Amino acid sequence: MDAQTLTYIFVAFTFLVYIGIAIWSRAGTTNEFYVAGGGVHPVLNGMATAADWMSAASFISMAGIIAFAGYDASVYLMGWTGGYVILAMLLAPYLRKFGQFTVPDFIGTRYYSSTARVVAVVCLILISFTYVAGQMRGVGIVFSQFLNIPIFWGVIVGMAIVFIYAVLGGMKGITYTQVAQFCVLMFAYLVPAIFISMLVTGIPIPQIGLGAEVLDGSGLSVLEKLDRTLIDLGFGAYTEGSKSTIDVFAITMALMIGTAGLPHVIVRFFTVPKVSDARKSAGYALLFIALIYTTAPAVGAFARINFIDNVHNAEYAEIPAWFKSWEDIGLIGWQDKNGDGKIQYAPGAPFQGKPTFSQQRREDGSREVSNRTTNNTNEVYVDRDIMVLANPEIAALPAWVIALVAAGGLAAALSTAAGLLLVISTAISHDLLKKTFAKGISDKQELFCARIAAATAIGIAGYLGIDPPGFVAQVVAFAFGLAAASLFPAILLGIFDRRMNKEGAITGMLAGLIFSFSYIVFFKFVAPEMNSAEHWLFGISPEGIGSMGAVVNFTLAFVVSRLTPDVPADVVAMVNNIRIPKGVNRPSAH
Amino acid sequence: MNDENNDAYWRANIRLMLVLLSIWFSVSFVFGILLVDTLNQIQFFGFKLGFWWAQQGSIYVFIILIFTYTVMMQRIDRKFGVSDDDEGDASKNEEVQ
Repeated sequence: MDAQTLTYIFVAFTFLVYIGIAIWSRAGTTNEFYVAGGGVHPVLNGMATAADWMSAASFISMAGIIAFAGYDASVYLMGWTGGYVILAMLLAPYLRKFGQFTVPDFIGTRYYSSTARVVAVVCLILISFTYVAGQMRGVGIVFSQFLNIPIFWGVIVGMAIVFIYAVLGGMKGITYTQVAQFCVLMFAYLVPAIFISMLVTGIPIPQIGLGAEVLDGSGLSVLEKLDRTLIDLGFGAYTEGSKSTIDVFAITMALMIGTAGLPHVIVRFFTVPKVSDARKSAGYALLFIALIYTTAPAVGAFARINFIDNVHNAEYAEIPAWFKSWEDIGLIGWQDKNGDGKIQYAPGAPFQGKPTFSQQRREDGSREVSNRTTNNTNEVYVDRDIMVLANPEIAALPAWVIALVAAGGLAAALSTAAGLLLVISTAISHDLLKKTFAKGISDKQELFCARIAAATAIGIAGYLGIDPPGFVAQVVAFAFGLAAASLFPAILLGIFDRRMNKEGAITGMLAGLIFSFSYIVFFKFVAPEMNSAEHWLFGISPEGIGSMGAVVNFTLAFVVSRLTPDVPADVVAMVNNIRIPKGVNRPSAH
Repeated sequence: MNDENNDAYWRANIRLMLVLLSIWFSVSFVFGILLVDTLNQIQFFGFKLGFWWAQQGSIYVFIILIFTYTVMMQRIDRKFGVSDDDEGDASKNEEVQ
């Protein structure tokens, strides 16, 4: 069977499983819809959190980013895992003890203020929507490359699937589909990685293979070979970074505390039975995430070696099929600058911007690129996102592995999208309606509103995925900075500082959000030509500014809270109560 | 349960947390970022050591830290009589049906 037929079978099979789970786990009450009844086993919740967390970006893009950025990509590896340590020790157990449904719920109650609640809802929606659009885009890319379905229909199918299990099952449906999706995506990530590690180094464990000798008789280790090859081609060494130390520090910090402040991750810890389960569950989540995050650096390094071996100085006429198929959908572009019919790979952009193709093809079948060329010797444009998806083809792995990777990419994108859509819909039905603007509604009506809100959010996310305004892709990475600068400090202070009052928290959230948001908008959209180290504040790039935003938030919140009225006694009692595991509210429905 | 006991519990929790978080900071920010160039002079199973901390080692330590915290906190919870364990066994709640 060819790869495409197998992909259809794999994808159809996994989709049927997801739908089956959705029907089996329908939600009947708001409690089930919001927090899956609060009775999810910590190991299962760990898997669900891992799937929730590992998005299209983790699955599809991360190894590609590592392949091309080398050491500089460490910010993602440390940032997106270290956040769980913070989550486990500083937030998750206490929020579980608090025992309500949403993140704005905590902020609104702890800061005895519907203004604080609404500010938290605004932060949450801003963070979650920027994030979800990228997921739908990921679904579209997988469909168009592997199933030859236009991106539009790919996104529609993805929306329909998420609609079925998120709207029907709520958190309960999402939790158990995410467990299934985790299994699919982990298998899909590890199998090709093991194959490739065997091919390159003869060692089946990629984490060890990355440090092993390459099987080409050179006697060099993988990383030594990469360093030498890249330096020969004029790049910097793979194992050494080009970013400044302060910027690497700031970005890593922003990603860590941003991870801990992401509402769709936090809310997963509301679903376990006990406080101690919330701690355990964070450990399992990180363990499952680390299976993929420690494999990714190996996948990235092997991919870069294979890419250079396959492409550099190769005749276009003899180039492997994967190069042509990605060229066909426009994610690879080649401009034969020196007219020798061979592909040269070197540092720098081969031409300005993303490739735009003219209608005709050259004699050898390659696509004519109409961009203005640049003054370097590099002739290939390659979109980083293709590395994981193309890897099995580059390494000439069997067709079923390719099909598996497609199903895995879809699982990663759909699980994250569903988690995000759920927190958006609950923030609207629970925090905006039930707790603020329509206090009289019954549980049934609230559940109905939650379903309508979920359906609407899916529609908007789908639109953003099909027809993304140019800014979407650029903004996704900043969701972390915004979470780091707005929600994280407010939650942390709410637990650890008994004297933090509503004036301090609201000032802090707004200041952190506005500061980071303006900094990002200024350098990305208002004055992109100034986006370089000498203009940055303390040399910190927009990607890392969330950590400065958090400092602004903490400082202002502290100062303002000490100058304004004390926290009411019942709120102090509540803080004292959430600090103690004993007396946690137990799951009610069984 | 009294306030004094709870405050002592909270202090024990904070102490443990600060120890673990200083390890968290060392393996990532110190070994993987601030000292990376110095550590890269050392070879470690085919890796430059600083690079290994940044892309592998820090993540392994993070996992150990969370599980250590979980186990140690269980003990502290019991010692101060504030554990959530006595209120029922987690396994009884596994079935959500």
